[in-house]
Amino acid sequence: MTFTCKSILAGTALAFALTTSALAARTDLTLAIQLEPPHLDPTAGAAGAIDDVTYANIFQGLTRITSNGAVAASLAESWRISDDGLVYTFKLHDGVLFHDGTALDAGDVVFSYDRARAEGSTNAQTALFSAIESVEAVDDLTVKVTLSHPQGSFLYNMGWGDAVIVAPESADTNKEKPIGTGPFKFDSWAKGSAVTLVKNPDYWGEPVALDKAVFRVISDPAAATAALLAGDIQAFPAFPAPEAVIQFENDPRFTVVIGSTEGETILSTNNGKPPFDDVRVRQAIAHALDRQAIIDGAMFGFGTPIGTHFAPHNPAYVELVELYPYDPAKSKELLAEAGYPDGFEATLKLPPPTYARRGGEIIAAQLREVGINLEIIPVEWAQWLDQVFKAKDYDLTIVSHTEPNDIGIYVRDDYYFDYHSDELKQVMAELDVTADEDKRSELLRKAQEIISADAVNGFLFELPKIGIWDAKLQGLWHNMPIQADDLTDAYWAD
Amino acid sequence: MLSYALRRSLIVLITLVAASAIVFAVLEIVPGDPARLMLGMNATEDAVQALRQQMGLDQSVAVRYVAWIGGMLTGDFGRSYTYAVPVIDLVRERLVVSLPLAAMALVLSTAIAIPVGVFSAARRGTAADTGVMAATQLGIAIPNFWFAILLVYLFAITLRLVPAGGFPGWQGGVWPALSALILPAIALALPQAAILSRVTRSALLDVLGEDYIRTARAKGLPSGLVLRRHALRNALIPVLTILGLQFSFLLAGTIIIENVFYLPGLGRLVFQAITQRDLIVVESVVVLLVATVVIVNFLVDLAYAWADPRLRRR
Repeated sequence: MTFTCKSILAGTALAFALTTSALAARTDLTLAIQLEPPHLDPTAGAAGAIDDVTYANIFQGLTRITSNGAVAASLAESWRISDDGLVYTFKLHDGVLFHDGTALDAGDVVFSYDRARAEGSTNAQTALFSAIESVEAVDDLTVKVTLSHPQGSFLYNMGWGDAVIVAPESADTNKEKPIGTGPFKFDSWAKGSAVTLVKNPDYWGEPVALDKAVFRVISDPAAATAALLAGDIQAFPAFPAPEAVIQFENDPRFTVVIGSTEGETILSTNNGKPPFDDVRVRQAIAHALDRQAIIDGAMFGFGTPIGTHFAPHNPAYVELVELYPYDPAKSKELLAEAGYPDGFEATLKLPPPTYARRGGEIIAAQLREVGINLEIIPVEWAQWLDQVFKAKDYDLTIVSHTEPNDIGIYVRDDYYFDYHSDELKQVMAELDVTADEDKRSELLRKAQEIISADAVNGFLFELPKIGIWDAKLQGLWHNMPIQADDLTDAYWAD
Repeated sequence: MLSYALRRSLIVLITLVAASAIVFAVLEIVPGDPARLMLGMNATEDAVQALRQQMGLDQSVAVRYVAWIGGMLTGDFGRSYTYAVPVIDLVRERLVVSLPLAAMALVLSTAIAIPVGVFSAARRGTAADTGVMAATQLGIAIPNFWFAILLVYLFAITLRLVPAGGFPGWQGGVWPALSALILPAIALALPQAAILSRVTRSALLDVLGEDYIRTARAKGLPSGLVLRRHALRNALIPVLTILGLQFSFLLAGTIIIENVFYLPGLGRLVFQAITQRDLIVVESVVVLLVATVVIVNFLVDLAYAWADPRLRRR
């Protein structure tokens, strides 16, 4: 009898436990990323996967970039900018702890910025810190940053993943065991498989809804589709298989969000090499490109056509797609004018991403229509960086420039485009010292117009962010204004 | 026998040294700078140089080769450029996936192939034999990754019996780990089984033509017993040779299957290391694989010599 009583009691308790857990919303999430991060220190590498896992989840900066691309406060509670735009005084939040229990103070900020801009620094974006002249701790929670010249984008720059605040005690081991100030703590990393984060119980800000987040690495597009359909993962924020999107759109179990990124996909052109040094040849190429056909063929229709090197969702974007519309006849005319009535031969080096490999075939066919015969040379990333990017040994290539607001690359003298424009340099120099938003937008518009008119590169499309996740999952980013899978606001709806 | 073994070990050693030199040289020639790859397009040349120095890439080729070989002889395989952890740890982590996977695939393919081969040989020329041979032909022709995708759609997506991929690790229990390896093992085993069953069949048919089989039959043994006791045992020698080769092949040749099932195995490690120009990882893992293959072959050679004294003098 006792036995029965006990069983009934146990059974009831179990049933009760089951019902309550069924009522409470889920608090774990397994999401997938396509590439595995090489390590987890965002201040020592350019791999986007590092930021996918760590940005705003583990590491935080003084400022941050929000889901709509704006700058917001993060570790800095507030700041004051001197009238000459040279001195930024940041006030830090009180009571911020690193994951190892040490407190954040102004000294950590000084350490982080000095480390990033020091000689021999291996920060991948040292240019972000180039305007800084000195960083001083005024008191425990106040930092004074002095610039050598006013820089309108300074607060934005400090919001990058490469500018997060790290502690001197853990800086050297962050690659393996990242210690930040964010709402999630690093838990474990099964190399080649998954990185696990858990909720930080001592987080200084609003606590997050998720207790655990697992970032799984799935690179194969077919495997990505299968993993979502089988329920192994609940989200793929940057889904790699545009061809499979339609089956998710028709499935009520999933949410599909097509957002934008900062990835300008372009037909990069070696402006220093004949015949591409002739603006008429570059214009001819621009007229020969049918952007919609490229987007349809290479991206299954996902992607926004661009006419310049700027993200269409940016308020300062100028629509320049129609400056050189698709017009093969006009293209041939321009080629004849430039002295190539019968066209010419050139090479097209294609890195591994599908947008490049698929897009390359279509572009080669389109240029053949006007007499330009391209030899397609597939290359690996490492080769691409060495031959194309570093040695400028190329005619044409296709690549997506995913850094946000990177129009400044057009004034770099040794950049692989080999493009030089004094007019653009003036505009960009003025932009660098301008803080007024309206004035900045105006200068940015001017810069876009200059490179578009010069047809520096073939401007193709803005890379989409195809997000697919469980229909009950809320709070993931729709757009990707910066490389991140910020889970701060993610939660399961009942 | 001993001098034969010594001579063979010398050849093994020379093969390993030659392989290490070739692997190292090839990776030196292949374009691509690991430091630039890690820091990306926006990094300044100074930052890239600083990282090269940190990784020891500024030293000369000869110095790095000697340091690498010297390290390997003392069991130190170096540190991965990208992961910044000892290579040997990476290999160990990956082997707990790849080794059981290869073993499962090997057991499965043998379990399928030998009965099928025997069945087919015993019914030579009949419709059943023709059917089996056609099926094995198909098994060889079907690419294993495509077969893998079909398996995933049926067992993971439609029936939801096993996960579509990934590996939970052994610390979470044996069953979850094994269930993650079942589909990949089947996908790997099937083409191997097809090859092996054809080898078994033809080896068995060769043996069945021998005089001692006729004698066995003549003294009135039932045909099933002749097949099992006299024919199969003798026919197993070429089958075992193929099996030995298949194991090294399975260990190294899982790159595609590991991608389809996103398993963190050795094949994925090498593939990833090549694209990221993690030279030290590629070099060390390739040399390890070469060593496995060479040693397995060495053991097979020794087994032959033991079986056939004529080979010892060669």
